[in-house]
Amino acid sequence: MTLIPEFQAHRVFVEPWTTELGSHGLMALVTFLVGATCGLIGNFLILRRMALVGDAISHSVLPGIALAFLITGSRGIGAMVLGAMVAAWLTHGLIELISRHSRLKQDAAIGIAFSTLFAIGVVLIAVFADKVDLDQDCVLNGELPMIPLEPSVQLGGWVLGPPPVLRLVGVLMVSLVLLVCFYKELLITSFDPGLAACLGIRVGVIHHGLMLWLSMVVVASFEAVGAILVIALLILPGATASLLTDRMIPRLAWTTVHAALSAISGMHLSVALDCSPAGATVVAGAGWFCVVWLFSPTEGLIPRAWRLRRGSVDSRLRSAELSHNSDLS
Amino acid sequence: MSLETENSENVPPLEIHDLTVAYRNKPVLWGIDLVAPAGKLIGIVGPNGAGKSTLIKACMGLLPCSSGWVTAFGRPVTQSLKRVGYVPQRESVDWDFPVSVMDVVLMGRYGRIGLFKRPSPEDRRIARECLEQVQMLPFADRQISNLSGGQQQRVFLARALAQESDLYFMDEPFTGVDAATESAIIALLQGLRSRGKTILVVHHDLPTARTYFDWLLLLNMRVVAFGPTEQVFTPELLQKTYGGRLTIMSEVAEAVRGQGTLT
Repeated sequence: MTLIPEFQAHRVFVEPWTTELGSHGLMALVTFLVGATCGLIGNFLILRRMALVGDAISHSVLPGIALAFLITGSRGIGAMVLGAMVAAWLTHGLIELISRHSRLKQDAAIGIAFSTLFAIGVVLIAVFADKVDLDQDCVLNGELPMIPLEPSVQLGGWVLGPPPVLRLVGVLMVSLVLLVCFYKELLITSFDPGLAACLGIRVGVIHHGLMLWLSMVVVASFEAVGAILVIALLILPGATASLLTDRMIPRLAWTTVHAALSAISGMHLSVALDCSPAGATVVAGAGWFCVVWLFSPTEGLIPRAWRLRRGSVDSRLRSAELSHNSDLS
Repeated sequence: MSLETENSENVPPLEIHDLTVAYRNKPVLWGIDLVAPAGKLIGIVGPNGAGKSTLIKACMGLLPCSSGWVTAFGRPVTQSLKRVGYVPQRESVDWDFPVSVMDVVLMGRYGRIGLFKRPSPEDRRIARECLEQVQMLPFADRQISNLSGGQQQRVFLARALAQESDLYFMDEPFTGVDAATESAIIALLQGLRSRGKTILVVHHDLPTARTYFDWLLLLNMRVVAFGPTEQVFTPELLQKTYGGRLTIMSEVAEAVRGQGTLT
């Protein structure tokens, strides 16, 4: 018995695009949709130093849907989304409450809030195991391989695709609309909240709106990749893009490129290793991050070391030094 | 309409009444009362922890006040925000943020652009004009982390100009800038004043405070003195503001001596 399945080029590289398009191809599409949606909003989380808030909210989804299930007794998607959103809201409120009304800083507050809510979710599911027909594994790791098995929605003779795919497309569209409509406000409240408030922009409203949007994205995504891997897809695409450009719009574009590359290479990886496609996508995404971190023309470790070795000082360093000298004079 | 404009000329640009601000029940500012005259360049000076930055943040409603009120042009500040400009401390923002110099200056226009709209060509023209005034137009397309401290401060100033306000609050605009920028900024502020704008500047260098500002607010949790510089910049009042801090006192002595030789 071998640990890693034998490598079959045809099965790994050709079949997902031909005979297996309906399953593997569709899974790659789902991970791309999740990666792009999460990545777009993730950029603003990174800029606001709120990456861990995304982590917290993705974990609090568990008690949210457990409670929704207990109250409504159904596994209807509406109740679950609502429950998860309420839980996400509660997590966020709890973080603010602890960090504002105690000595503790935000990171400690996040640690308390999300782990507690997550634990409540675990306890709820264990105690009401006979009433709650929820699979913890599914919530944590998603059920990506199940998505292609769901019957497609048909509209006027057109086969549109399984409901989760359509939901993700919808959430991506809503995210794009929000981004275009509130780009200015998101940008200024992330860069300089003091000035934003002074200009009459409702900083608090934008902040809470962003949290609501984040809850929606996380809830739509956990179904596909699970509550734990969502955090990777929130941060990796934006983090990779930030090493490739220093402008916002190109950064959002690179975020989407990273999501697409991770989805495709992750799908091939999962076929090759016969492993969880969601996990493979995150591993591939992290791989692309490392490649960019090492080789990015401007920020990469190797190009920078190369420039230093060749004796030419980084132009940025040099200009900083020049202006420093002119400051002194 | 004419009545309103007539009124606005008599209404002081800034009025603070019995303002108290506290952090965690510890008061930082106590019963601040003042009426700022129009068309003056006003310096806010005082020792560290005197509440200088807190005062301007509270004036703009960025901090909750325990008591008292602040009006700008006769209305609560939150209702006359279009006439109030703000230059925060340079270190208060992340200069690695993925925006260009032009983007930052355009932010000064956001209050006038409105929801769902993008900056118009007119906004861009104004932004370019403001950059020209601080001699930063050639840097318009640069990413902001590639700037020196003085250049960053000029960008912030251009952004404030783009706000086209009548009352400005500036938090330590002279900190960490080169001499050329410092004199460029002061010339610009004097230009604004001569166009009838009122500018309040948090400043921590006493000797230059005397030459830069028309009026001074000596602050140490309370208002020690507020008035024209020549009346307020006296050893007694400065000692009352700074207490018995020796290094400061020698600075003051030097500054006052300098005043003596000048007059």
